[in-house]
Formats: sequence, C-alpha cells, structure tokens
Amino acid sequence: MSIAARRIGDVILKLDNISLAFGGVKALTDISFDVREHEVRAIIGPNGAGKSSMLNVINGVYRPQHGTINFRGKERRDMDTHEAAENGIARTFQNIALFRGMSVLDNVMTGRNLRMKASFIEQAIWVGRARREELENRRRVEEVIDFLEIQHIRKTPVGRLPYGLQKRVELARALAAEPSMLLLDEPMAGMNVEEKQDMCRFVLDVNEQYGTTIVLIEHDMGVVMDISDRVVVLDYGKKIADGTPAEIRANQAVIDAYLGVAH
Amino acid sequence: MEELQDTFPRLLLHHARVRPTHPATREKDLGIWQTWTWGDVAAEVRALACGLAAQGFKRGMHLAIIGDNRPRLYWSMCAAQALGGIPVPMYQDAPAADIVFVLNDAEIAYAIVEDQEQVDKMLEVQSQVPTLAHIYFDNDRGLRNYHTVTSYERLLELGREFDAAHPSFYAGAIAQGAADDIAIMLYTSGTTGKPKGVCQTHHALISAARGGIEFDHLTAGESILSYLPMAWVGDNLFSYAQAMVAGFTINCPESGDTVMTDLREIGPTYYFAPPRVFENLLTQVMIRMEDASAIKRGLFHHFMAVARRSGAEILDGKAVGLGDRIQYALGNVLVYGPLRNVLGMSRIRVAYTAGAAIGPDLFRFYRSIGINLKQLYGQTETCAYVCLQPDGGVRLDTVGVPAPNVEVKIGDNGEVLVRGPMLLKEYYKRPDATAESIDADGYFRTGDAGFFDDAGQLKIIDRSKDVGKLANGSMYAPNYIENKLKFFPHIKEAVVFGANRDGVCAFINIDIGSVGNWAERRGIAYSGYADLAQKPEVRQLLRECVEKVNAELAAEHGVADSQVRRFLILHKELDPDDDELTRTRKVRRGFVAEKYAVLVDALFSGKKVEHIETLVRLEDGRTNMVAADLVLEDATTYPPTGKLAA
Repeated sequence: MSIAARRIGDVILKLDNISLAFGGVKALTDISFDVREHEVRAIIGPNGAGKSSMLNVINGVYRPQHGTINFRGKERRDMDTHEAAENGIARTFQNIALFRGMSVLDNVMTGRNLRMKASFIEQAIWVGRARREELENRRRVEEVIDFLEIQHIRKTPVGRLPYGLQKRVELARALAAEPSMLLLDEPMAGMNVEEKQDMCRFVLDVNEQYGTTIVLIEHDMGVVMDISDRVVVLDYGKKIADGTPAEIRANQAVIDAYLGVAH
Repeated sequence: MEELQDTFPRLLLHHARVRPTHPATREKDLGIWQTWTWGDVAAEVRALACGLAAQGFKRGMHLAIIGDNRPRLYWSMCAAQALGGIPVPMYQDAPAADIVFVLNDAEIAYAIVEDQEQVDKMLEVQSQVPTLAHIYFDNDRGLRNYHTVTSYERLLELGREFDAAHPSFYAGAIAQGAADDIAIMLYTSGTTGKPKGVCQTHHALISAARGGIEFDHLTAGESILSYLPMAWVGDNLFSYAQAMVAGFTINCPESGDTVMTDLREIGPTYYFAPPRVFENLLTQVMIRMEDASAIKRGLFHHFMAVARRSGAEILDGKAVGLGDRIQYALGNVLVYGPLRNVLGMSRIRVAYTAGAAIGPDLFRFYRSIGINLKQLYGQTETCAYVCLQPDGGVRLDTVGVPAPNVEVKIGDNGEVLVRGPMLLKEYYKRPDATAESIDADGYFRTGDAGFFDDAGQLKIIDRSKDVGKLANGSMYAPNYIENKLKFFPHIKEAVVFGANRDGVCAFINIDIGSVGNWAERRGIAYSGYADLAQKPEVRQLLRECVEKVNAELAAEHGVADSQVRRFLILHKELDPDDDELTRTRKVRRGFVAEKYAVLVDALFSGKKVEHIETLVRLEDGRTNMVAADLVLEDATTYPPTGKLAA
C-alpha cells in the first residue's frame, strides 16, 4: 500500500560506462544505471560481483578509470567524498564503522558534523551560535533516535550493544546527516528474522517519511524483492540485468548467475 | 453554588480552575520531559471531546483505547467520559484474535490507538467487527498513506471547529453526566471462560480513589510513573482516578524499554509495581554487586546485614538500640541512600505491591533500605480497593485492613466477601454473571479464600476454587506452594499438581537471567533456554530450592503432606501467547495440566525421562514445534515437625 502511493521522481543520479580496476583486477566493467528520486534501488549479485565497489564509486571512496557520474544535473569524472556528503549522500558500511567506546547519542551526533559551523572557541565556551547549533543538532538527533526506537540505549557505549542494534545505530548516524540519498551496504547481513523485519520497516519508513532515496546492497532476496522499486544485478563486475523485482525474478541471466549453468 | 466533583470531567474542570498551572501530565519526548498543566489538559480534552462529537460519538457509546501509556490516550478516556461515553482500554500486546471478542462484545465503533502497529491490528480485524468504523491514531509514523484512518491532530482540529460553532455544547455535555453513569469498562483477563466487561461508575472509582488518598495522605504534590497497562484496573485507579481526584502529576515513560531510566529521572513519590518488577530490580542490583570491587561488595554486605536487623523496625518507628541506629545512619549515607537513588526511589513516600505474593527476602530488602513498601488487595470488580496496609502495620503475609468505607467478611466456605461503594455496577450484557457474583446482601464474591488474623488484617490463602484436598484428605493450596517456590530468584514460574492425588509434583520454569548468570559464573556453557533448563547442574540447583521449600512445608502446621515429591524443569517458558498464562501473567492451571498431561502422568507414575513436543507461537503469529527430553527429578521430603501455624 505505502510503496504504490509514494511518488517517484526524476533521475537524480546517473552512472555511465563506469569501469574500475585495481591493477589487473577488473572490479567494474562498463556499468551504467540510474537512480530516481524517492525510489528504493537495490544492487544485488553473488559474492565479489562488485556491489560494494559500486557504492564506493557513488560516494567517492573509489575513483573509476572510465565513465561519468551525473548527480543532480552536474556531470563529473568521479565523486569526492566531501562533495558527496555535502550533497546529501550518507551511507552505512558492511562492517560496522562506529566509535565503540562512545555512547549511542555521541555516535549519532557525529552524523551532524557537517552542520556544525561554529568555531572551536565558540564551541568550547558554548555561547551564541555554538549553543543554538548544539540545541538544534541535539533535537534532530533525538528525532532520529525516536524514529529508530533506540531511546533505551541512548547512553550505552556502542561496543556493548548486540550486532543488530549496532547496525541500527549506524543507520541512525547516517540519518542524522539528513541525507537526500542513503547508501546502505548490506543493512540486514547477519540479522535474525525479527531484526530483519524491523530493519525493513525502518528503511521503508525512512523512504516514506523523509522521501529519502535509498540505494541498498542486500543478499537476502526476499528482502530485496519486497522493498525495492527497481533492482540492478551485477555479476563479475558486469551488469547483467536491470528492472523491477518481477522482471528480475523472471530474468534467465540472473537465474543462471545465482544458480549456476551447466556448460 | 457548590461545584460538583462527582464525575471525572467535572474533576478536570475543577483542577483547571484551582491549579491551572500545576503539572498534570508529563511525557518524555525527544529526550526531554514535556509538561502539560491542568489548564492545558482541560483545553485539550475539550477539543478532543468536541472532535469526537463532531464525528458522531454519542452518549453511551464505547471508545476503544489501545496503546502504551501515552498522555493522549489518558486524555481520550476523559474526552469520552465528558460526552457520557465509556472508554474501554485494552491490552496493547494482545493479538488481533483476542481483541476481536472484546471489540464485538462492547460493540466498538470508535477507537483511538497509539501507532501503526495498533492501527494495522484494527484494520486486520475490521472485517470481523462490523461496528468498527472510526479509527484514530496518536503517532503518525509510517501511517502517511493510510487513507481510512484519521490522526489525533485532525480530530483536535475538527473539535476546535465544532467547538467554535457550538460554544455551549461541551459544558452541556458535562452537565448531563451523572455520578452513577458508567465511567469505564475493563475486561477481566479471565483465567477461565471468555473475558467479561466490568462496568465501573464514576462514583465507584472516585470513592475508591478518595479512600486511598485519605488513607495514605496523598496530595496534589505527588508524582507517579504511569507505566503499567492502561487496561489494568490498578493503572486506572492510580494513574487516572487518584490523579484526577487529588490533582497530582502523572509521568509517562518514553517507551516500554526506558521505564527504569525514566523512573530514576522522575523519582516518583508514590509508586506501584507488581512483585515481579521489584524482583527484577533486586536481581539487577545483586548481579551488579557481584561484579563490583571487593571493597564495595564488603561495604554492601555489611550494611545490608545492619539493615536486615533493624531497617524495617526503624521505618516502623519501633525501638532500636543506639548502636544499630548509628550504624544504620552511616549505612544510609554510604549504601541505602545511593541504592535508593539508583533504583529511582529516593523520593518515595508510599509504594504498593499486589497481584501476587511477594517473597519475604524481597519485601524485607526494600523496607530495610527505607522504602515504605506495602501491600494491598483488590480486583477489577472492586476498583483494586479492598484492603490496604497501614503505615506501621505492615506484614509480609497479610494484605492489610479493610480500606475506608469497605466492609469485608468471610463467608461460610472461607471465601472473602466485600461490600462498598467501589463495587462494580454490573458485568456488561451478563446479568447471569452479575447475579452470580453479588449475593442478596450486596456482597461481592471475590473467589479468594482467606481469613482475618489477630491484628485484624486479611490474609489470603489461595483462590477458593483451587483449594482442594490430597487423596489422604489433608489440605492442598497450590498457590501457597507455588509462591514459596517462586520466592527463589532462580524460579520464574511454578505449577504444582496434587488435587485428589497422593502427593504433590511440580513444573518449574527457570529464570533465564538469574540461572544464566549463575551458570556463567561456573563456566557452564549453554545454547539457549531449553538447553540450560536441562543441565544436570541446573537440575541440582533447582532440587536444592525445592528441598528448602519442603523443609519449610514440613515445619508448618497442616501442609506437611504438600511437600513436592517430584518435579521437572520445563523446556520452554510459560507464555500468554500460548495461552498458558493470562495477560496479567497468572498461570492457567487447568490449561497447563491438559496441555502437558503426558508430563503430569510421567511425574506421578515415577518415570525418569519423558519426551515432549510442544507447539509454540512466535510473536509474529507463526508457530513452531519444540521437542525435548525432560528429566524428571525426585526431591527429598521431610517428616512433619509442624508447630508453626500455616
């Protein structure tokens, strides 16, 4: 019901003929696809297909040797990580990358980093702009905490939390940046059924409530088919299919890639 | 003209007039405690009532209310009452199927629910509840594209428009209310049969609230944490009726998971919790003490010994030696004070517990560190107001003296009978049940067996229908034995069998927190609940507990034959979702006996091991088969020494 009623907009990110190689290893070969505003776009593929590399190209961690990236009408050879963040792209990582000794609240607060304009001195004595900013940032962080239902662990050091909750904290940090596009690298890996259901609900809620465009990598086919609007399939660094979940499910190349073919 | 204060809406108007800026409701939202004054609440309830009226809600209709303790849901109750309607709060964790019965029985057309989870539940059952037409929600999260339900904010808007167009409507609606109108309908959890709607009038609830306030000298300055289910009569009495009568402040926690943090931040002055909550708190303290440094641990144990010796006596104002007084004062600075602070109980003047028997160690612990913990007795049909323990007259094994304006007598069969203004008006649409439960003299049959002790305090033994006899004719009170078992922190739940048998056998549920910690300390590895429950070391641990109970039973008069001869540890926790417990977590004895008949037979036939397969229902409604081989244990029994009275 909710997905059908959501309005999907124009293309905001377009990748053309992206190729990425590490020495002789071709991670990505001539890949083109686009992402539309407000959609949930999944990237799937077997292990080593180049999914994480693809995300890293989108937010500027890797610089492709060939191809162009067009984000919000501006064409470029590659993305710069700061530029990506400033343009509203936030992400989570496959291996959780949080500050383990810091509380959940402080970790989520780091997601507001780009919004803090006050100088070091102003912040140290907490006057004027620094104070206003801190209050505003804290309010925004609390909204995210409420949204992801992690109030009860607000003050808990992240290192003491179970895996599923750490993943949720990482999502919270990404959301605190108020992204217009969210890149999720295997948000449900290693979770049990109940945790996955919760995570799916949060991802859909983010998409629906804030209109955030979501690009996610996921292994769980059930999850992907349930929540994505469109799916792109990679295999050995090449794009082998692109379409709606129904189309992907029926695509012979995809079936072969996942189940193998007799030669 | 004297202002009438005989219905809840009139009480609200009264507080809005005499203490408009006094905090009425607080809720922690986005990490900050938000406050609504009595003036704010009165204005909000007015708009809400007008909104409901604009939507066609009429006098005598029922309004379903489902969700956690949210200020808006409490205000919804008052708004319904202002229109002469009857709020019907329901348990928020009840599955859809259970809710259908109540919705149909109460002919619910309007429902105000908390969030998407509850909205989904309502939409799911809507096809089976033909009357249900209007659904309103408090939290809009995830509900943006639900087109058949309306937000609480929209309802307020409609109300303000309606109010502007009909400015005299609201006052007129309240003026039509009468003290013996039904104020609320609460469904009994029903250990047997279908739930029954208990109809309580404004007069009954307000009388019960006034009595309790007078008894404990409560004022508008009290602050309480509202965290127990709104569908439960106790929450209705403490968080709604008493707050409305005395004008004190209720505080709604941020979420169900943050209750302990919120308790500490608020520091309530008046507190209610079932024994289970006090027990969990104590277990947490003890686990943390075990992990503390040797100095801290030594200090704790030394001063707890002092407190055990004299703490409760000092609280009761009894004579205590000077040495102990000095030690206690020192302990208060070093241990008890900080401990009360950690528990969120620094400001507590009055704390109550009820609903189940409380363990002697548990009860003494809280009283000895200076928390005025008392017991009370009551049920849904009596607004949870029958007996209360007076300050200075607190005992472990009684539930107190009859509360102001309540008459209590013991029937010929030992059943506790009560009469007073707080009695239910009727069971909804069940004149048969009403007639059965209230006798010709107007006494309500509680179904509990009890007696008055020498000090005039009521002592409850068991449910009167449960009290039976063993095959040899001696008295058998299953709850009494189960409670003794449950006083051990390792035992979460116990079910005993023995009526008309030649001995007593027991099912035991271990407490995974407590036993898990115990196992961890001893380096015993386990994969989960079922595995831990069947470890030989755990069985040995539990046998020691059972044998201690046997020793106690042997020492008491008349119950020596009730010693537990054999027992087993169940492979799964008894659960309301599997119908083994009621929603208020009371064991459905008959159901359990039937479901696990093969295990009961094995216990009585002397088998050593028995295989069992059980269907368990997961939270999302799916079911799963769990199989296990359970080892049946023998426990030592002792010859009766019976000089102590039971």
